[in-house]
Amino acid sequence: MIASLLDWFLDPANWSGEDGIPARLFEHLWYSALAVGLGLVVALPLGLWVGHSGRGRWVVSVANSARAVPTLGLLFAVALWVGPAFRGDLAYLVPSTLVLVLLALPPLLAGTYAGVEAVDPAARDAAQGVGMTGWQVLRQVELPCALPLLLSGVRTAVLQVVATTTIAALIGLGGLGRYLIDGIALGDYPRAAGGALLVALLAVVLEGMLALLQRKVVSPGLSGRAVGRSRNDDDAGTGKETAQEPVDLRAPA
Amino acid sequence: MDWLASNWRTVGELTLSHLYLAGVPLLLGLALSVPLGWTAKRWRGSYAAVVTSTGLLYTIPSLALFVIMPLVLGTKILDPVNVLVAMTIYTVALLTRTVADGLMSVPDHVEQAATAMGYGGLRRLFGVELPLAVPVIAAGLRVAAVSNVSIVSIASVIGVSQLGDLLLDGYRRIIWGELLTGIVATLLLALLLDAVIQLGSRALTPWQRVAGGRP
Repeated sequence: MIASLLDWFLDPANWSGEDGIPARLFEHLWYSALAVGLGLVVALPLGLWVGHSGRGRWVVSVANSARAVPTLGLLFAVALWVGPAFRGDLAYLVPSTLVLVLLALPPLLAGTYAGVEAVDPAARDAAQGVGMTGWQVLRQVELPCALPLLLSGVRTAVLQVVATTTIAALIGLGGLGRYLIDGIALGDYPRAAGGALLVALLAVVLEGMLALLQRKVVSPGLSGRAVGRSRNDDDAGTGKETAQEPVDLRAPA
Repeated sequence: MDWLASNWRTVGELTLSHLYLAGVPLLLGLALSVPLGWTAKRWRGSYAAVVTSTGLLYTIPSLALFVIMPLVLGTKILDPVNVLVAMTIYTVALLTRTVADGLMSVPDHVEQAATAMGYGGLRRLFGVELPLAVPVIAAGLRVAAVSNVSIVSIASVIGVSQLGDLLLDGYRRIIWGELLTGIVATLLLALLLDAVIQLGSRALTPWQRVAGGRP
């Protein structure tokens, strides 16, 4: 089994053309980036507004409770419902992207909102005290302070979207999921396993890169201190390790 | 509704296998994450290593993990064991951190009092620390339960039957009744497991309900 898997990876036919690994990998990244990008366009202003004003918290809880819906069911329902309205490539591209954006929204919203809300009130007061306007407080204080949690949300969203893009191959989308779905359909295990290893590798590499990015862009004044350590402030020594991911926003597909 | 009326027997059977495939790994995962979480608490230096390595397992997309399992276990692709093991891995990935954090949320003075009363080692873990960590662990278990129920439906793609079959078949043959039944049944199962865990957590922590129930 391992030998045939190795053969699949070494076969030059699998490295070129429309169904080649580079092309499929590019498709996978492109669809994922599109969905996370669109998700950010919606979630960032909305989450900042909810966190800044304290109004509209129900948006976050609605988005969160929607996460119990099985991804597979959501994908199929949207594909059957929206798909027929479009022709050609759009017939699967639009429903898939819609579902991917829907799945990216809850972690992005939760991360942005929780990030802004977790900002130290003293920092906010100080900013207002030195004469900053609401907009300046949001941009120069709340946003940078919210960055660690916001990026945790982005990380979760990226993993969720990369995983679901794989499954979207079932409704005709390209990307690495094609190897899995086609391999299973044709009883070609090496192809399915090869695709699975590529997808797993992609997810782990992306997670690593985002974790690194998170460490780089977060203000040093913040990363030194435990953000969101709420459970147990008097228990010395538990602070530092909860700094990166205080809220578990993850839900895989 | 018509579809459900004539197929309720199949739906019942699929619900049971769904419960089995999502529930058994939940219990196995809990049993495995207690020693792992305890290790992370006992040796603080190991916390980052234990939590990061188990957390990394969670980043592997489920369909990929299902397909990789036969390579690791030497099983056949259609074997439900693949799904059980994969789901157990996900549960451990989610719960290890929760168990560690739950155990660490037990105040030092409580542990010292327990030690002073003669509780040591394992007896202190099972008699004092774990019971006090129940609310935190239960919260993590609820997330894991809902997530497991949702992920298990993807196992239909590799041919392991449960409620996901309704989704796949409903989509392929364009039977809305079947597709919607699949979605609703999965949601209900998730809610049911969630409620059972909440009730269990309440039953295990009677002290939370007296004196205003301080969390």
